[in-house]
Amino acid sequence: MLSVKNLIDTNSLTADDITQILDTARSFAEVNSRSIKKVPALRGRTIVNLFLEPSTRTRSSFELAEKRLSADSLNMGGSTSSVVKGESLADTIQTIAAMNVDMFICRAKLAGTPQLITENTDAVVINAGDGKHQHPTQAMLDLYTIRENFGHLDGLKVAIVGDLAHSRVVGSLAPALKTMGADVTLVGPPTFTVDDPTWFGCPQTCDFDSVIPDMDVIYMLRVQLERMEGAAIPSRREYNRLFGLDGVRASRMKEDAIVCHPGPMNRGMEINTEVADAARSRILDQVSAGVATRMAEMYLLLGGENNGIDA
Amino acid sequence: MGQVRPKATIMDEKAMMRAVTRIAHEILENNEGSSTIALVGIVRRGATLARLLADEIEKIEGTRPQVGLLDISFYRDDVTRCIAPVLHKTDIPFNVDGKDIILVDDVLFTGRTVRSALDALMDFGRPATIQLAVMVDRGHRELPVRADYVGKNVPSSHEEDVRVCLEPLDDHMAVEIWDVEDEKNAGGAN
Amino acid sequence: MALMLKGAHAVDPQSSLDAVVDVIIEDGKIAKVGEGLTAPKGAEVVDAKGKYLVPGLVDMHVHFRDPGFEYKETIATGCRAATHGGYTDVATMPNTDPVCDTGAEIRYQIDRAHAAGLCRVHPIGALTRGEKGEALAEIGDMCVEGAAAFSDDGHGVQSAGMMRTCMEYVSMFDRVAIAHCEIESLTENGVINEGRASTRLGMFGWPALGEELEVARDIELCRLTGCPLHVAHISTAKSLDLVRQAKAEGLPVTCEVTPHHLFLTEENITNSYNTNLKVNPPLRTQSDAAALREGVCDGTIDCVVSDHAPHAAHEKDCEFEIAFFGTIGLETTVPLLLSNLVSKGKLGWDRFVQCCAIKPREVLRMDPVTISEGSVADLTLIDLEAKVDVEESYFESKSHNSAFLGERLHGAASDVFVAGRRTLKDGVVA
Repeated sequence: MLSVKNLIDTNSLTADDITQILDTARSFAEVNSRSIKKVPALRGRTIVNLFLEPSTRTRSSFELAEKRLSADSLNMGGSTSSVVKGESLADTIQTIAAMNVDMFICRAKLAGTPQLITENTDAVVINAGDGKHQHPTQAMLDLYTIRENFGHLDGLKVAIVGDLAHSRVVGSLAPALKTMGADVTLVGPPTFTVDDPTWFGCPQTCDFDSVIPDMDVIYMLRVQLERMEGAAIPSRREYNRLFGLDGVRASRMKEDAIVCHPGPMNRGMEINTEVADAARSRILDQVSAGVATRMAEMYLLLGGENNGIDA
Repeated sequence: MGQVRPKATIMDEKAMMRAVTRIAHEILENNEGSSTIALVGIVRRGATLARLLADEIEKIEGTRPQVGLLDISFYRDDVTRCIAPVLHKTDIPFNVDGKDIILVDDVLFTGRTVRSALDALMDFGRPATIQLAVMVDRGHRELPVRADYVGKNVPSSHEEDVRVCLEPLDDHMAVEIWDVEDEKNAGGAN
Repeated sequence: MALMLKGAHAVDPQSSLDAVVDVIIEDGKIAKVGEGLTAPKGAEVVDAKGKYLVPGLVDMHVHFRDPGFEYKETIATGCRAATHGGYTDVATMPNTDPVCDTGAEIRYQIDRAHAAGLCRVHPIGALTRGEKGEALAEIGDMCVEGAAAFSDDGHGVQSAGMMRTCMEYVSMFDRVAIAHCEIESLTENGVINEGRASTRLGMFGWPALGEELEVARDIELCRLTGCPLHVAHISTAKSLDLVRQAKAEGLPVTCEVTPHHLFLTEENITNSYNTNLKVNPPLRTQSDAAALREGVCDGTIDCVVSDHAPHAAHEKDCEFEIAFFGTIGLETTVPLLLSNLVSKGKLGWDRFVQCCAIKPREVLRMDPVTISEGSVADLTLIDLEAKVDVEESYFESKSHNSAFLGERLHGAASDVFVAGRRTLKDGVVA
């Protein structure tokens, strides 16, 4: 049983919650390795994928996870706050909820949207990324990948590198890593740093090269295209030169250290091909961990006694 | 305070081992040897029993049948009613196609666990046959399921809980009857 | 008809009054103030025993949304809210639709308020046409029609050159320029104080510097042009220091603060994303709020204003980042000040009267109102025992977007007299 009814942020998860999710995900990873990759665990449950912002990777990962759990899913999209023009999000949610759905998976451009959904429905809500706030299911797949690699999380040194200021990934990953006992260092140019690193309790530096040799995990963040070319950094080329993980920098990493990236990658920008495709890269493991961990989250949240369904 | 001892002990270690030996013989007799059989134990006590059965079959035949573990959590029909159960990784390290699968569990009761296990097994392929071996059949079936091999039939009431204790999961080997109320008081259920 | 207020504790630093007295009102004016007075024949006697009597309160920063956004508030409903809150006079900001940037718009508001017949409305005209910051509005025309002050509230004048022109032009009238200090290139996309809160909640920050830099700029423009400057809704300790320094230098600079910046901080915005706490400027840190409270007590802050900003439910019942800025406040300002400062002995009654009645009149160039013979009978009677449960049903305002919903407060205006007319009677609007 998780201590939360919804998965909105990682700050509310206890170490026990995270361990349950990661352990359960291992069982689902076994399911995903079978020739018939489907179990009836959530047969008859209805899950709405409410994607208020375009997303290919997260959305397909969730859809696959739902299918493999035998849940019925409904996809709704939209590029603005309201799915239906002129309708408020609260109205949209109440309308969908009136059709007796069990779970909302929500991706939104605006921070706090998943929380707003919880206030308008009794269904379980999973945050699939809200603005630059949080992306808890990404953090869980990252933790799963790192734990499978090292066998543990406590005591690991992790550098999260890049556009910290606009990243929902760091918003979830840093607190989750801290909860599990890892040391986190934030790295990026001053135009990309977070407003207050003390919130995360992490040191923040712009000296990437000095932290590389100490790290067990170097986690490269994607630089959003709209922030390139003068808005926050002078050019793609300069960013790659100062903060890109290339072969030379990778050669200074610990022998068994690994590289992660939430994708999609800008090759030649934050990461170079010789590193992205190298043996120490866990980027594809992260993708496959995404399906298993999302299955675990949906299973634990819908299978629990807090789901409002009486016997 | 609930009682700390069972209401009755139905089988002791010797009786259980005799039943395991007999079932091993029956399996071999029914399947004309061990060449096509494989054991799949339902975690956790069914898995332990499957290993004991494999030990006996190896003693008799000289070859050890393959043993797999099956966690049926994802196949239960009561996921929405009870708390999410502790999960154990399913591990079936062989191809089930064409095999005579001996599904092993500790207690046969309503039949719902077996129903889930059959669904789960089918997701791994197409066995030639699936046969069911249990240590205890306590009756009260809710589905048309019967066991092919039974250690002991134990008529019981709904107010009773039949427990199969197995080492190393438990500190002794026995089949015991407990009062359900006592178990609840002791905080044992979930 | 004559009226006698019997046994109120009257406080008016202007007439060095701080005593239990009787007050007789005749023909809209105060006829007599003294102990043990006899009511004139036929006079209505109001038992004011145990209550405080102060000069009529003035809120010099409200938004009545009329014309243009009458679904949020109208001049009539705004006046009801003001009366319920204890005010005899309010000053309305010009960011209506159309923007109040001509004499006709000023006259419209005054006439509408007159028709509503509760409190007086003193419209503030825009500094620039359409509050666009590009060309001077008809400031002189608006003065003639009764504009009380000038401001581009809601935006601030971005160009220093334009602001200089505005202040130079205003300086020829006896009016102040009210500055909404926000440098938009620093606050772009900002919805919450930059720092811990913006990091915690994952939203774009509105840095303190965005305000402070413009406060500094406008103080220098005040020095250059001689135009009196009033800094609106001051929100940071540093802004306050800048004002304090300017005052020490003898510059004609005043400022105001809102109750939400005094009593709420960024920490009140939790991961429930309560949009009623989305205000402009944003709620700041605890040390900022503490410095502002000190500023109210020591007199650096001249006025306490509500920045009453009504919004319809659907404009707040949405995601924080797209919710409208603002909280209503006309009906909670007095209870908040009484509960949090006056009752606790942190703010004296004389300072309360300065901030809520005397100074706003000075800034708006209104005639002073005193509790003395001959003064216009604009009076507010305050009951410290009154209980205020801040919930939707409490409000007279058309909108209910209060940052203080759920608060339990003590002390409120029980009666308001506008030129002797009782607009609020025992807490009920006439």
